[in-house]
Amino acid sequence: MAEVTRFAQQRQRRGLLALWVFALGLGAAFLLAVGYGAVAIPPGRVLAILAAQAGIELPWDFTRQEQAVLLAIRLPRAVAGILVGGALGVAGAALQGLFRNPLADPALIGVSNGAALAAVMVIVLGGALAAILPPVVGQALLPLAAFGGGLAATFVVYRIASREGRTDVATMLLAGVAVNALAAAGIGFMVFLSDEQQLRDLNYWLLGSLGGVTWDRLIFAGLPMLLGAAALPLFARQLNALLLGESEAGHLGFYVERSKRLIVVLAALAAGTAVALTGVISFVGLVVPHVVRLCVGPDHRLLMPLSILLGASLLLVADLFARTLVLPAELPIGILTACVGGPFFIWLLLRRKKRGGW
Amino acid sequence: MLRADDIGVSYGPAEVLRGPSLAVAPGEVVAVLGPNGAGKSTLLAVLAGTLRPHRGEVALEGKALAAWAPRALALRRAVLPQHSELAFGFSVLEVVLLGRSPHAGTATRDQDLAVAEACLAEAEVAPLAGRSYPTLSGGERQRVQLARVLAQIDFPAAGTGRQGRYLLLDEPTASLDLAHQHATLRTARRAAARGIGVLAILHDLNLAAMYADRLVVLSGGQLAAEGSAEAVLTEDLVLAAFDLPVHVTRHPTRGCPQVTPV
Repeated sequence: MAEVTRFAQQRQRRGLLALWVFALGLGAAFLLAVGYGAVAIPPGRVLAILAAQAGIELPWDFTRQEQAVLLAIRLPRAVAGILVGGALGVAGAALQGLFRNPLADPALIGVSNGAALAAVMVIVLGGALAAILPPVVGQALLPLAAFGGGLAATFVVYRIASREGRTDVATMLLAGVAVNALAAAGIGFMVFLSDEQQLRDLNYWLLGSLGGVTWDRLIFAGLPMLLGAAALPLFARQLNALLLGESEAGHLGFYVERSKRLIVVLAALAAGTAVALTGVISFVGLVVPHVVRLCVGPDHRLLMPLSILLGASLLLVADLFARTLVLPAELPIGILTACVGGPFFIWLLLRRKKRGGW
Repeated sequence: MLRADDIGVSYGPAEVLRGPSLAVAPGEVVAVLGPNGAGKSTLLAVLAGTLRPHRGEVALEGKALAAWAPRALALRRAVLPQHSELAFGFSVLEVVLLGRSPHAGTATRDQDLAVAEACLAEAEVAPLAGRSYPTLSGGERQRVQLARVLAQIDFPAAGTGRQGRYLLLDEPTASLDLAHQHATLRTARRAAARGIGVLAILHDLNLAAMYADRLVVLSGGQLAAEGSAEAVLTEDLVLAAFDLPVHVTRHPTRGCPQVTPV
């Protein structure tokens, strides 16, 4: 008993430590992200401004300008970064577990490209539509379409792979590849149709950006994203069992088909609304769960909350670089995440050859 | 009692099972034998509830398998698959603890750990507890999976009724060396002694003769023979079912029949 108990306790301590480290990391990334920029706001003042909003007085002075910059510009952007990064991270973790495939991420089952195609269509063809719609609807049209496109793509993939109430995961992966190819062709066609100004908009959106996030847009997309991201960790035990195989998970007493359906819908909700808010940000859903697994192993009960924390931190830091590297312009954040994520993933692949497992 | 009656399964025009009936009682070890393609694994999948038969019915304690809630069923029967891959690096202890999934909320963590440790010892993989599962050899993986399925139903907490529990093993000795083949069947015998009904698909007739209470021979999707090793392992029957001429002799110390190909 002694050895097994000791081993289990060691694992538990390691998980707890990781939770603290990742949470503190997110806190630090947040203070850095909201503090750095043309108007620098030291961490103490950030806390003071936030506390003041809640009616608590902290011993740091701040100017009205700092307050305005933080509350109106930096804070919605940082909150969007946390939400989108967390949603992409946890959706990636869930889909990798569901597909028992370490290469799965929201982009693979068609969510991202489906959302992107719908958004691109709105940008290129929607001009005429926006003219006849009331301005509020016109503004909401792009995120709504992106969300709808993501869900529709997921639904198509899911239907192709389902037969008699069962879903074949390998077929689903292949259907995702096919739907992605179709969506990519559609996006290409829209790019071909677009004029100069639309092309700039398209590019920005296809490469992802947290720029231009306001509280209005955030609340609209943030709630469903939060719902998806917060509900996915509830399926941690099902995902652990699913790693053994679908029939094995059934033998262990789980409702396999119901769990699979809910996990796919929640992941599509989280990732689809993320794309709707900020465009296509690649590699976060792929890389974040891998880094977490390196630290604490594949247990989803730890993997999913930690993926939320790490995905959020990663996106905050990436966005910090995106808006400061080439001042006064802004880099699309998707370029940055791909620059970091690509080489990192190659390193993972090489390392795996030596170790024989993820 | 886990009972299958008049089971019919077809894949397209191919009839894989043509009406075999079979029952496993608590405390006995039943070996299912038969040539490749006889329908052994299909029958096991039907008994496990993974595959719904097109004809016939499977009942556990008199209640149709489909009427059981998945979790209640999981507390009563465990299934060892033929192959178990894990793409991610769970430790061996974590894999065995996955077997405790249906006990979540009713067993304490210490109870889970105690059962996991007992099952690691039962399957003779205790020294591997800290190893990463993907780094194990095929035989080691199979024994770890045996520990996992034991952990699912074996060693019930005191006071929780000793109802019938069943262990379905799909070729549990497939990738094991000679010593571990015998070790695995001794583990199955000990589980039976603790009141678990064990059904195992085996290819080695001699192994089945040494450890099983009852042998069931499937051939062409039908029951070819059923009974004690004495009754089933005859030269005529093995020739008919496996298309292999054999001599049947006695085990020098145990006295059970042993089959040697001519």
